[in-house]
Amino acid sequence: MAGGARVTAARVGVVVFPGTNCEHDAVSALTSLGGQAELVWHTAERLEGFDAVVLPGGFAHGDYLRPGAIARFAPVMGAVSRFAAAGGPVVGICNGFQVLTEAGLLPGALQKNAALRFLCAPAALRVTSSRSVLTAGVPVGTELMVPINHFSGSYVCDAATLEELRAEDRIVLRYVENPNGSVDDIAAVANAAGNVVGLMPHPERAVSELLGSADGAVLLRALLASAAGERAA
Amino acid sequence: MAEPHQHQPVHRALGLTDDELTAIEAVLGREPNHLELAMYSVMWSEHCSYKSSRVHLRRLPTEGARVLVGPGENAGVVDAGDGIAVAIRIESHNHPSAIEPHQGAATGVGGILRDIFTMGARPLAVMDPLFFGPPDDARQRWLVEGVVAGISSYGNSVGVPTVGGELTFDPGYAQNPLVNVLCLGALPVERLVLGRASGTGNLAVLLGSRTGRDGIGGVSVLASAGFSEAAADDTKRPSVQVGDPFEEKRLIEACLALLDEGLVVGIQDLGGAGLACATSETAARGRVGMDVDVTAVPRREEGMTPWEVMTSESQERMLAIVTPDNWPAVAAVCRKWEVRATVVGRVTDPVHEPGSVEPVGRLRIRDGIDGAVLADVPAASLADDAPLYRRPLAVPADLEVRRQDDPGDEPPGDCGAELLSLLADPSWVYRQYDHQLFLNTVVGPGGDAALLRLAGPGLPPSHRGIAVTTDSAPRWCALDPRTGTAAVVAEAVANLACVGARAVAVVNCLNFGNPEHPEVMWQLSEAIDGMTAACTALELPVIGGNVSLYNESGGADIDPTPVIGALGLVEELAARPPGIGWTAGSTVLLVGPRRAGPATASAAGPSPGTPAADPFPLGGSRWAIECRGHRGGVVAPVDLAAHRRVVDLVAGLVAETVAGGGGLLTGVHDVAGGGLAVALAEMAVGAEVGVRIDGVEGHAELFTEIGSRFVVATERPDEVADRAEAAGVPVTRLGTAGGDRLVVDGLVDLSLAAVAGEWRDALPHRLEGPAAQEA
Repeated sequence: MAGGARVTAARVGVVVFPGTNCEHDAVSALTSLGGQAELVWHTAERLEGFDAVVLPGGFAHGDYLRPGAIARFAPVMGAVSRFAAAGGPVVGICNGFQVLTEAGLLPGALQKNAALRFLCAPAALRVTSSRSVLTAGVPVGTELMVPINHFSGSYVCDAATLEELRAEDRIVLRYVENPNGSVDDIAAVANAAGNVVGLMPHPERAVSELLGSADGAVLLRALLASAAGERAA
Repeated sequence: MAEPHQHQPVHRALGLTDDELTAIEAVLGREPNHLELAMYSVMWSEHCSYKSSRVHLRRLPTEGARVLVGPGENAGVVDAGDGIAVAIRIESHNHPSAIEPHQGAATGVGGILRDIFTMGARPLAVMDPLFFGPPDDARQRWLVEGVVAGISSYGNSVGVPTVGGELTFDPGYAQNPLVNVLCLGALPVERLVLGRASGTGNLAVLLGSRTGRDGIGGVSVLASAGFSEAAADDTKRPSVQVGDPFEEKRLIEACLALLDEGLVVGIQDLGGAGLACATSETAARGRVGMDVDVTAVPRREEGMTPWEVMTSESQERMLAIVTPDNWPAVAAVCRKWEVRATVVGRVTDPVHEPGSVEPVGRLRIRDGIDGAVLADVPAASLADDAPLYRRPLAVPADLEVRRQDDPGDEPPGDCGAELLSLLADPSWVYRQYDHQLFLNTVVGPGGDAALLRLAGPGLPPSHRGIAVTTDSAPRWCALDPRTGTAAVVAEAVANLACVGARAVAVVNCLNFGNPEHPEVMWQLSEAIDGMTAACTALELPVIGGNVSLYNESGGADIDPTPVIGALGLVEELAARPPGIGWTAGSTVLLVGPRRAGPATASAAGPSPGTPAADPFPLGGSRWAIECRGHRGGVVAPVDLAAHRRVVDLVAGLVAETVAGGGGLLTGVHDVAGGGLAVALAEMAVGAEVGVRIDGVEGHAELFTEIGSRFVVATERPDEVADRAEAAGVPVTRLGTAGGDRLVVDGLVDLSLAAVAGEWRDALPHRLEGPAAQEA
């Protein structure tokens, strides 16, 4: 764990598809928080040596057809699935969340915002579960100000799935004021094991007061700690 | 224009005059063939050749200690320090956006990005000054929605944040909206590249999209002619290009990788005039020739003729000059990024010709690289030899009457209601733009200027910041283009000061009417003189520009609309500037002149013969025009020497905060459109704290737009006053921030909630209607 006598920085692979555009921001934010992040090209078939994987935001393959619909077939996604199945922390941010739902690693889907317009704005979030690699150690009820930046961010799922997400404590973050029409104000969900998380807000954009908020660092630190724990395990 | 009309000569159908045809025949010593004529018609178009404006543009100051590249290249470049150079350019995409707002605006963004990464810079920020008719009918709302969605969909997807802009509504733009786009990028100084070809035998490699029939004649048919009676000419729609931001994103990454690895000799984007432009310009700049195999150009459709291929404005294409040895490595980089790369030509030796002093580089278009020659022209004749026009100038006949018709005679009204009508939060627009990518945006849209960290992938580390703003005031320029343009430059510099930056360079986008109208040429000439006066006095080099003429419809020209983009630097960026707001209990001060002074020797205006200075002039103010429908009067003069003292003081005070030293100010905002009233209201809304102001003489003082003025808030007013006195800058105490009302003694008394509500809802209500807002 972080804080041990001899800590090597958690190694995070940041996946880049053609059209991804938040990869440098993710690397920069994770690095500033003590992580060791490097880019992984979408044709990579192996993720050995990484303690966590981040699918950053952007417009993979231009979002053509549907956000994430083409990226899910990239060679790297097979490796991401195996990494997740082995319990490795995987976090999809924005477009990365869309890719994870298309790949079936997370339930539900992201539809166009209710207002049918792109929305880039700060969003108040509430942590609603600490049972995920992104919120481990963050108390439920913590409020965080983190920007959103998406056209297709309205989370939808069927009623049974929603019941399951609630029952299994898998709704990780909720919007304090719903900006996009997401069902149950959902901003982030996890898989059953809690090691795969998708969120629409961009925590990497909120790691410095100079840029308006450092609240995103709370989430990314939790991820780095989870990754370091993964390495120790 | 699919095919030239049967009933008129080919050259006229292509937009060339009879005299221009004669000039082409003189260059070639023979009649041009159809392909040659098509290439001259696009390269000698107003849009590409600046044939009406060049004689005036030469007057602008272009040199400065930080300037690495001035006008004439794809973008201007300045040395920002710490081994980093900043490239900046502004362009218009007015006519395409009038006809097809979404694609017109989107391809405007795409085009300007290519101008920036052509220089080796990674595009880091975009700004969009937009001008429409009042959005009170369905067509205007369609234009606004379409343009904003086009910028949003292209800019967000391609991965460049849109960090600011301007939104102006005026009936003069109803038939001819203006869509200007500014882009800035940064690069390690040593990576700076110029768009030129060299090295006989080197390969001309076309990168990116295949070439289609979209955008043929965009620069000549579309950009270099006015609109007729119809709202927009539907027949011109095929001249609008279609954009693909995903292709552009891969093209950016591939080109920056090629430049990083030193694999190209020169590189040039394909924009207006397509391959004809890129091949002739690179050859002309490098003083070489080029053979182009038109059959090698990858195409989107069958049956395209050579002239269509050479003049197509299909988007997302670049031309790279590559040594044969490097070609395999170039092809490998392009494969990785899934970017098409095709050898379409080769660099040739210039040849000695009878009668020419220097050897002449010839551009030859061939049917197969060693096949028949389809066109053969001196490359420089396309790029550089367009005719220069000294078009006649004339003062508009009604100008003096309009200047005499001063709104100072308008009776005062309900100042509170008038203030509310002038407020509008532009976030409806900018929330549709990603304005944060790259983690650089310290102050984004909605601020006086954007303030960015000077950082980006591949750049050396720096603690510096860059600031950028775009400004315009067509309402001033309509009455006095010289003073108005000088005042716009001054306002841009003032906006930079609000975020602690000192201006280092400007670019301009000159949106004017039909240059064949002598009044329009007078406006253009006056505007350039005003810009020259202001930039000279403020020691600001003009490092690039764009001229957009023929902004007219049904014979009516737009108001002269010079847009100034200004770039500023911050030495140490460690904390956020005070911003548009204040803290409760702060003293609110006016920094700068309270009253308009007479014009001084260094002022850019007013023109001789205008009435004596009014202390609170309202001519050309938002109040006069928007509240009273009164467009006449005299514009406040600009004292450039005094302006410099004021902006230096404010920039210095804010820079102390930005450097992390705390500083004296709790808020700052320049006084601009809507005057003191709007500045105070925006600060109160920003702070969510009211204010009580006293000593304002009347509505004229409240709404006048005299320049060189800032409202600042401070908890240490004596120290600010001392600093101002030392700098020779006047300061007036206006009042105290606090409470939940906006009160200007005897003139305005409004609840802060009402002010904030009106500000927030104004634009959504106009664009969507109140019902949509509540849904």
